[in-house]
Order: sequence, then C-alpha cells, then structure tokens
Amino acid sequence: MNAWKGTILRIDLANGVIRKEALNMKDAQDYVGARGLASKYLADEVDPLVDPLSPDNKLIMMTGPLTGTAAASGGRYEVVAKAPLTGTIGAANSGGYFGPELKYAGYDGILFENASPKPVYLYINDETVELRDASTLWGKTVFETTDALNEICGESFKIACIGPTAENGCLFAGVMNDKHRAAGRGGMGAVMASKNLKAVAVRGTGGVSVARPKGFMDAITNARAMLKAHPVGGSGLPALGTQVLVNIINESGALPTRNFRDGAYFDEADATGGESLAEKYLVKNKGCFGCSICCGRVTRVPDGPFKSSGEGPEYEAGWSYGADCGVSDLAAICKANFLCNEYGMDPITLGATIACAMELAEMGAIPKEDIGYELRFGDANAIVDLTEKTGKNEGFGKILKLGSYRLAELYGHPELSMSVKKQEMPAYDGRALQGMGLEYATSNRGGCHVRGYLTSPEVLGVPIKVDPFETEGKPALLKLFQDLTALIDSLGVCLFTTFGLGLPELAAQYREAVGSDESDEEILKKGERVWNLEKRFNIAAGVEKDSLPPRLLNEKLPGGAAAGRVSLLNEMLGEYYLLRGWDEDGVPTGEKIAELGI
Amino acid sequence: MSKQLMVKPEKCVSCRTCELMCSFGHTDVFNPRLSAVTVIGYEEAMVSVPVMCMQCEEACCLKVCPVGAISVDDNGAAVMNPEKCIVCKMCMSACPLGNIHFSPVTKKVFKCDLCGGDPKCAKFCPSGAIAYVDPYELPDRKKAVAEKFKDVFGEEA
Repeated sequence: MNAWKGTILRIDLANGVIRKEALNMKDAQDYVGARGLASKYLADEVDPLVDPLSPDNKLIMMTGPLTGTAAASGGRYEVVAKAPLTGTIGAANSGGYFGPELKYAGYDGILFENASPKPVYLYINDETVELRDASTLWGKTVFETTDALNEICGESFKIACIGPTAENGCLFAGVMNDKHRAAGRGGMGAVMASKNLKAVAVRGTGGVSVARPKGFMDAITNARAMLKAHPVGGSGLPALGTQVLVNIINESGALPTRNFRDGAYFDEADATGGESLAEKYLVKNKGCFGCSICCGRVTRVPDGPFKSSGEGPEYEAGWSYGADCGVSDLAAICKANFLCNEYGMDPITLGATIACAMELAEMGAIPKEDIGYELRFGDANAIVDLTEKTGKNEGFGKILKLGSYRLAELYGHPELSMSVKKQEMPAYDGRALQGMGLEYATSNRGGCHVRGYLTSPEVLGVPIKVDPFETEGKPALLKLFQDLTALIDSLGVCLFTTFGLGLPELAAQYREAVGSDESDEEILKKGERVWNLEKRFNIAAGVEKDSLPPRLLNEKLPGGAAAGRVSLLNEMLGEYYLLRGWDEDGVPTGEKIAELGI
Repeated sequence: MSKQLMVKPEKCVSCRTCELMCSFGHTDVFNPRLSAVTVIGYEEAMVSVPVMCMQCEEACCLKVCPVGAISVDDNGAAVMNPEKCIVCKMCMSACPLGNIHFSPVTKKVFKCDLCGGDPKCAKFCPSGAIAYVDPYELPDRKKAVAEKFKDVFGEEA
C-alpha cells in the first residue's frame, strides 16, 4: 500500500465494538483523503438532517495520503462531523504530531459511531486498539488530560482530546491535539463529547511508504526549496508567525474593529501584532510535524496580571480578542488565547462572541446584572474573565458558549452577530476585500477564511496581485481557491504551503506518493468534487442561503484605506453559481453532479 | 577532508523533519522510529534537542564489535557492514550516548552514517539547528562573540 495505509478503524461506541476495515480505495482515489474522504464517509453514512449532538451523528478523524511523509508541511489530519455551531458539514484540520502518529500505527482514519454509555478514551498502540475507561479524565482540561494520558499510556503517545467546555455543550469546542493544536472550528469537540469520548491516545511504530521513492524525494526537495525561497512561506511566517498580518491587514483597511461596528482600521493594532509579540513575549518558533515553515509561536508573558505561557496567539485569535474587542493589551490577548487552548475552545468564535456582547452591552441590550459588570469595548480584564467563565461554564459564560448568533438572538439583535451560517467571520472585512466577502458567504462551513483565502491575492499579492475593491474576476478566482484548498486539505498538507507552492508542486507530490499519472487538472478536479459533495450535504441539511450580515452589505466603512465601501456580494454571487455549474439558488445541478461522479 | 555535524538546540523548532528524512533516506519509508536522529523536546523548558551520533574519534561501538562489522569510512563516519553484523547489539550497550538503535521490525541495528557525506538531517533542517560544517571554518558562535566586540569597539560604518 502506498501513501494510504489501507485500513480504517470503525468504533461503535454504544456497544464497544472495534472493527478494522479496508479503506474504500475508490473513494480514496476520488476524494484523496482527510477532509474529502472523511466528508464522503459522512455524506454516505449520516442523514444530513441529523441532530449534530445526537448519537446518530458520526465523528471521523482522517489523515491524507501525504500525512506522515516529508511532503512540504504534510503533518495534518481532519476531523469531520455534522457541526453543531452551524448545522453544516463540519470539517476542521489540525497539525502537530497526532495525525502522522495515527498513520504510523497503521490507520488512515477512525470513524466513531453512536455514543458510549460512559466516558471512554480510545487507546491505539499499533495493532492493539481498546476502549478504556475515562471517568477520571472527564472534566479535566486539555493540558491535564494530555499529561494524564501520557503518564498512563507512555510519553511517546500522541493525544487528541476535548476539554471541559466540550463536555458542557460549548458549540465551538474544538478537538485539541498535542495540547496546543486545534481542529478548532464548528464544534467538533462538542460532537466528540456527545459521544462520551474524551480522547484518543495513539502510538505507532510503522512507517509510511510512497509509490515512487526517487520521484517523491525530487518532488519534496523541489517543494521545500520553493517554500523556503518565498517571501511569505520562507520569511514572513517563520519570522513573525501568522501575527505578521496584523499591521498589513490594518493598513489595507480590512481589520474589522469592535465587532465590525467601527469599520476596519484599529488605531492600536500595532501593539497587538507580530512585531510586538516577537519583541515582548516570543520565546521561540515551533514547527508542526515535518514542517519547514514553523509559524508556531511559543510565548510567555513573564509577569503582571496576565502572567501565563503557551503557544500562539495566531493572527485570527489575536484579532478576535484584539481589534474586534477593541483591546490593545497583548498580554491579555495571549492569556485569553492560552485559556482557549487549555479549555478546548475556538478563540475566533469566542473572541468574536465577546465582541458581540460588548456591542450589545454598550447599546444597553444586555442588562448589566447578566454579565456582572459594565462590559465595554477595550476591556482587557473582561476578555480574560469571560474566557475563563466560558471555560468553566460559569455565569455569563453559559450564554457565551453558544456563540454570537444565539447570544445576539437571545438579546433581540441577531443582525449584530457577525457570523455567516452562525459561524463568526474572522479577521478580514468583506467590505474592504470583496473576494473575502464572497468567500465568507459561500464557505461550506460558515464564516471562515480557510476555504478560499482570497486575502492572499487581494492583499499579499500571492500568487498574483488583484485589486481588493474590484468584484470582477473574483468569482472565478474564488472557485479556483476553494477547489485547490479542498484538495490541499484532503492531501493532509497545510494550507500555508500555498505561500510558495502552486498546483503543479502539490500535484507532483501526490502523484509520486500514490503512484498516479493523472494530470494537474484531473487532480484539481478532486477538490471540486469535495466542494460539491459538501455543498450537497448542506443543502440536504437545510442550511440557510449564502449571505452576509446586513452590516457588511449596508454600513459603509467609516475610515481606513477602504473608507466608504460595502460588500458588493450580490454583484458576484450569480456569476459564482454560474461558474460552479449550479442553478441560480446555488444548488449543484444534475449535470455537474454527473460530471464529477458524486 | 571530513565535515562535522553540529547541533544548535536553540534553533530547533521540533518539526522532526530530520527524523523523516533520515528514515526515508535509508529505508525508503517515512518512519521516525527508523531514524538515527531523534528530537527530544522539553515542553516546560521550551527547548528541544536533536540527538544523533557525532562520530566519536575513539568509537566504543567499533571497539566492542566482536566481528569487526563497524569501520570508519572516508567521511569519518563509523558505519556498519550488514554482511558482517550478527546483531548482537553490544554496540548499543557500549555507546555512551545511546545513538545506536535496534529496529524490532527489520531486526537490525542502525546508526548515523552521515548519508555518505551529505547528511539529509542537516540538508533538510528548516531552522539551521542541524548543520554539517567544515571544522576549519570559524564556528558561528565564535563569530557571534566577535560581532559583539565589533559592535562595541568598531567604527560606525
């Protein structure tokens, strides 16, 4: 078997039955792996109308064919389930060391069915696979759980687990691995908790082979050299991490400020950016398994009220707790981010939900007694306090854990949730970057930047520079980015490889790994297939139509480089559907489905 | 003239690319457990250290080998001759640094052989934590010390 291991684990949690079954190789070839392949299993086996937190939902962890090889940044795995936050198909991927280890143990993925009657964890030591009691781990934080399992199973085991927020029904609880790495968005952790599954501990001593070792060595040598030579993938990200973006995006007038209310230029952005992080709190860089970019930040706030240490923050978390909450205290932002890792929550959604609460509180829509104090934008203590309360499921945290849409609806202003399909948009304003607006509206997992990252051409000029204010050409560009991203996520490599690599380099690694002679275009088609499969699932699930919050469509940006602009979504959406081969309501037609062989 | 591997733990980013490339270079399989280099991380201390054979000049493994299976090649690497090796594992016990390994899968012992003079761990290390250096060239750290003196005493350029 080349690149794929050829075996998946199917775990019936209700009956404690563990089966090893052959990977469906036709599906593996059509949907590649990780995001695509797991989504195919989900779409085949789960009713799209299922309650995400019911036993009938399934939770799938899947690696890709390049996971565990030395392909450029090829250490990722995907967690897929119907998502409780959005009701869409949920797919979140993560780096670290867990995914490769699962493959070294001999499995492409794990499919969890039903719910266990009591807390359990899955123990995998090569061919030995057991469900073990986790009652003493239930309620423990991500760090405590990881340490405890390394104590019990052995220090070389890699751990993916949930924190207490998942157990408490937080709709944006992530699946955390290697302590600080997260399959973060959409609430995959909440699904895991609903199955009474606390963790997966894995150790693998096997390896991963490739079909054409010589060709693969050439392909990865070339890819790694290109990535290293690129100004973003080889210099910007290694030097300053993803936080390198703060000042760049702010200068583009695209850094959403105070729940998008005050436009997209934050006066104090520099204090929260990668340069400040490097100067004040950075200890060292950290790479995920096999990565040459190493954008991870090991950070420490050495003293003061927010004394803490951990990894991050990433750009998105730095924004959600920073500009979006109007907070410029980087120590508080670091601390809030560390708490999210510890309790197992998505910091994008939580930071943005706190920002939404700040706006509602300032306009008097949330009574002071519900929160316990006067909540205002810019309150550094509040972002840490409310993160802690959400982590511990205390006080106002019991409402924040549901995300901004349910919060804003509860207090009578659903329009002030800066979310798409109930998932919070991240750190780029769709009014300043027209392509990103279209990306949020059409993303298959709700408001999200990593489904078709048009910021790359619109701001960074990668691979080509396009005018961010222009709508023309954006639908075609977005379709290409979405299909390519679906392919990348399915290969098991990091999206950041696009800061240096294009389709030819990615396709070459795939071909040599699996022994295929398909053309670049045929390989890209697999990404389009994944995208359409996801879309079909969402339509069958009854997910709301593609749109943006009214604020982005109606309220002009008051200042910054994009002053006076709104999102021109409706100028682009029709053309986007046309290019996708869908009908005018955005439904994949029979013709397109037949063409893709879904 | 043989070069020397040099490890700079302060630069290591824990990506373990060295382990992947070592195993692939020798076995055509990506498997960290078949790698002669191992990255050992200390989370609390926020440091990680690549550990591999540095090719002792007075190599215990070579001295203890009862069948003469270990010899020094042109690159200065102590290399195993699999034809002669009886896998008695005495070299594993003899190595004071723990840098000789046994694979339960292949039933062989293995160690760093400098990849025949082009060690892949150094070649693919993204951060410069593993370098393969000419011992006659000035070490970076020595130059860094001199740089400080330059900054203090040198003329403004």
